[in-house]
Amino acid sequence: MAADKPTRTPAGDQQDGRVVSNPNADLEQRRRALEEALAQRAPSGDAADDGRQEGAGTGIAAALKLSSEFVAGILVGAGLGYLLDQVAGTSPWGLIVFLLLGFAAGVLNVLRAAGMVAHPAAGKRGERLGDGPGSQQGDD
Amino acid sequence: MANDPIKQFEINTIVPLENVAGLDLSFTNSSLFMVATVATASAFLYFGSANRGLVPGRLQSMAEMSYEFVASMLRDAAGSQGMRFFPFVFSLFMFVLFANLFGMFPYFFTVTSHIIVTFALAMLVIGTVIIYGFMKHGLKFLGLFVPEGVPGVLVPLVVAIEVISFLSRPISLSVRLFANMLAGHITLKVFAGFVVSLGALGAVGIGGAILPLIMVVAMTALEFLVSFLQAYVFAVLTCMYLNDALHPSH
Repeated sequence: MAADKPTRTPAGDQQDGRVVSNPNADLEQRRRALEEALAQRAPSGDAADDGRQEGAGTGIAAALKLSSEFVAGILVGAGLGYLLDQVAGTSPWGLIVFLLLGFAAGVLNVLRAAGMVAHPAAGKRGERLGDGPGSQQGDD
Repeated sequence: MANDPIKQFEINTIVPLENVAGLDLSFTNSSLFMVATVATASAFLYFGSANRGLVPGRLQSMAEMSYEFVASMLRDAAGSQGMRFFPFVFSLFMFVLFANLFGMFPYFFTVTSHIIVTFALAMLVIGTVIIYGFMKHGLKFLGLFVPEGVPGVLVPLVVAIEVISFLSRPISLSVRLFANMLAGHITLKVFAGFVVSLGALGAVGIGGAILPLIMVVAMTALEFLVSFLQAYVFAVLTCMYLNDALHPSH
């Protein structure tokens, strides 16, 4: 290392860079740090493994998986809202509110299926999750 | 219409029993293939474990592999406590796997390409989760719907979203298996139909039919993969949901 340091330019480049393109380098470094931090926070549990397995098979499988998660959330939300309207006679407000809630649940489902948000009960296997959002106290 | 891609999913009555206590209990081709699936899976495991050799033969080796596969999946997802559900998860996995693979035989009926079948399986899973969760943890099971660290004002909203998300599980579980099998079989049939109709066009057509033929061969291999993968995904998700029942963790 010490032997080839004088012959190679990176050290010199870096010195130039520090003067000229300091903001860019700084940004780059911070972005890398953020990526690392995010990678540590992301759940590395079964959801992610599951996604990788399916992605290896075919893109259709991944598409069906994510779309079924999303559609299921919306369908259940709309169904609940409709039932509530039938029972309580609040048409159309139950349908509207629960459709929106179902939309949110669908997005949550998709994020969980894609391994971007931890599964609610994943905290029990928390040692792999680090301090992810679903991380829990160890007892119970 | 031999080329109708939907015809393979038709239900035909074999033994009509149309009004048993007000229910239509006819024995259909779907029932026939369910029986065949269960019989084949049972026979596979029975003969696989009949010899009990210290050095396993081929069949015994496969039976042991499927046991080990499901057991390690369940242990990873739900811990050693989850092993009390092993018979349930293993039966589900074998049923879905054999039903999917049965569908790959020409002229066979694919049980899992009907959403009512996959939905019944998914409801069985979610029903087990809910009943066991309440039996074991009582009302603490509801803590599953309250994530930690949510500000008090947002709790009702988040709980509503979590409940809808939970209720949507059986739907997404069943739709995924059903849609994969349905889409795969329709695509296969459509491409195979191209081969026939192009081949009828004479020399040029036969040249053109080679492309869809290659496609059909490749997709048949892919469908075998999907058959296994979907059985695996179904079992993995079952394990994860059972883990919720065992450890609601809030």
